[in-house]
Amino acid sequence: MDIHEYQAKELLAQHGVPIPRGKVVYTPAEAAQAATELGSELWAVKAQIHAGGRGKAGGVRLCKTPHEVSKVAEALLGTTLVTHQTGPEGKIVERLYIEVAEPFEREIYLGFVLDRKTQRIRIIASAQGGMEIEDIVKTHPEAVLQVEVEPAVGLQAFQARELAFGLGGLTLKQVHQFVSLTLGCYRAFRDLDASMAEINPLVVTREGRLVALDGKMSFDDNALFRHPELHEMHDPAQEDPREAQAHLHGLNYVGLSGDIGCIINGAGLAMATMDTIKYAGGEPANFLDVGGGASPERVAEAFRLVLSDPNVKAILVNIFAGINRCDWVAEGVVQAARDLKVPLVVRLAGTNVEAGQKIIQESGLPIISADTLAEAAERAVAAAHGKNA
Amino acid sequence: MSILIDENTKVIVQGFTGDKATFHANEMIQYGTNVVGGVTPGKGGMKHLDRPVFDTVRQAVEATGAEASLAFVPPPFAADALMEAAEAGLKLVCIITDGIPTQDMMRVKRYLLRYPRETRTMIVGPNCAGIISAGRAMLGIMPGHIYKRGNVGIVSRSGTLGYEAAAQMTALGIGVSTSVGIGGDPINGSSFLDHMALFEQDPDTHAVVMIGEIGGPQEAEAAQWVKENMSKPVVGYVAGLTAPKGRRMGHAGAIISAEGDTAGEKAEIMKSYGLFVAPSASELGSTVAQAIATL
Repeated sequence: MDIHEYQAKELLAQHGVPIPRGKVVYTPAEAAQAATELGSELWAVKAQIHAGGRGKAGGVRLCKTPHEVSKVAEALLGTTLVTHQTGPEGKIVERLYIEVAEPFEREIYLGFVLDRKTQRIRIIASAQGGMEIEDIVKTHPEAVLQVEVEPAVGLQAFQARELAFGLGGLTLKQVHQFVSLTLGCYRAFRDLDASMAEINPLVVTREGRLVALDGKMSFDDNALFRHPELHEMHDPAQEDPREAQAHLHGLNYVGLSGDIGCIINGAGLAMATMDTIKYAGGEPANFLDVGGGASPERVAEAFRLVLSDPNVKAILVNIFAGINRCDWVAEGVVQAARDLKVPLVVRLAGTNVEAGQKIIQESGLPIISADTLAEAAERAVAAAHGKNA
Repeated sequence: MSILIDENTKVIVQGFTGDKATFHANEMIQYGTNVVGGVTPGKGGMKHLDRPVFDTVRQAVEATGAEASLAFVPPPFAADALMEAAEAGLKLVCIITDGIPTQDMMRVKRYLLRYPRETRTMIVGPNCAGIISAGRAMLGIMPGHIYKRGNVGIVSRSGTLGYEAAAQMTALGIGVSTSVGIGGDPINGSSFLDHMALFEQDPDTHAVVMIGEIGGPQEAEAAQWVKENMSKPVVGYVAGLTAPKGRRMGHAGAIISAEGDTAGEKAEIMKSYGLFVAPSASELGSTVAQAIATL
């Protein structure tokens, strides 16, 4: 789960990371008021969306008066911001973060990830802050410092010191600040079950203090059950509405740009079926995993989701039943397919396959059956192209 | 022969008396698995499915000599159950549970390093379909009847895609020695490489199919190991050619986040290390047939 910058900063601040003073606002009037209350000569107005690259896309602006803050807020609120991370559809701006802007002299990168290879938390720092880490790795690989955290004891101060001295150019006081905020950020990462945390840039202000100018955190969905406080930070407006709808019904849906709707059990088989459609000359419209307990209600919901995409010209259902039973799935399919306006290809395999196929055949519906994965993909592609396979 | 389990392996079920565990324990028994008991804290002394229930894994091991377990424990308690199994000395734990926090698995993997390599518990899963040695024993939730006994090993992240491979092979008359589901999570108990090494040593496995997905470095590591150490032909496939970057495709581990994470890149790496790469999931069976023909 992703959260907004202001939420990430609030969490980091709770763990001892210094942040600039700021307020979240929802209207231009609130923006002007926040600027006045914060009291400064320069403010940053920052669009709150779940994606990076906001600065380049015009989502972060500096203002010199509360009036200017409210004008910029008016211009930003309600717009859709397209950055290189949002995809062409962009993300809607419903909240702004008004922050006191302080002049700074230096930008540092500090990031935390769960490294799958070493199966440990890895901390990355670089003196080339303000750039994206992917670009730093490409252009300044020598400037990327890394430490790995031993899970049994957690991050040690010496590791943070190594990073601080490795960055170079910090006064001893700043080294201490860096160590303290890095340890704090690590605790936030560990205690809140984060999957990613990034402070980019971490700046050295003109007065010599280290401050997190930006903050980003993502959390492990599997661990949200033990963090109700994070649950409240969830912002459904930042999600694709179909994916949010799918989530409510325990389905996994990812929208794509093709015309063959897919309803499949198991994430791996779903991806493989999409690939097979492509191999057969078609384009999948979505990824959809109905999961282990494909009840008729779930199957019906899956059909509704797939059909809410106007590009869908044919539907492919591919179920390899292990925990599921084919007859159970077939009943759901037959119910959902009664008023269907697009061709439907169904491939069933595994537990109770004969009973399932019988239900499909006896339904009297124009359902196209397939025995194998290859057949199913070819027939779905032909159906989407308006041909008989 | 087979790897990990056979009809003699003494198996217990952790979370034995729950509904799902009961259903699948019964299926496992029907398949011929030597289920000797189970564990549900607080229900020790009961009988369930005609087998004894224990309060702790240690008691179960002491009373039955169990070597392996199938863990059906809800996510909040899964890490605890895995560490309990390791401490009780089980050789193998297969965990089906989907939804375990990643940092919990990180701590479990670290905990296992307490034990010397020779006695360290092998964890299979989480978020997997389990292990089946065709015609001998099943430690999982797969439809046992689709597997024909034979000489090809399968190791797959995805459960249903593993079924797909087995079904295509069965249709061509090709059987399976053991099929292992390593699961779709970012941190697995055991990796492709761990099982590849076991298959290399198993005299009854003549070839292996490795079925990967987008995300993570495991497929590439295993492919390199195959090139350097494996005498048997290996078929590779990676699902997710059509997956967009940065989106989680169902499995928590199936997300393209770094270089080398895409299906295309992994398939190229497999090819460069000499694996037989199936061009599509519908050609898993036929690619295995080609690989066997080289023997």
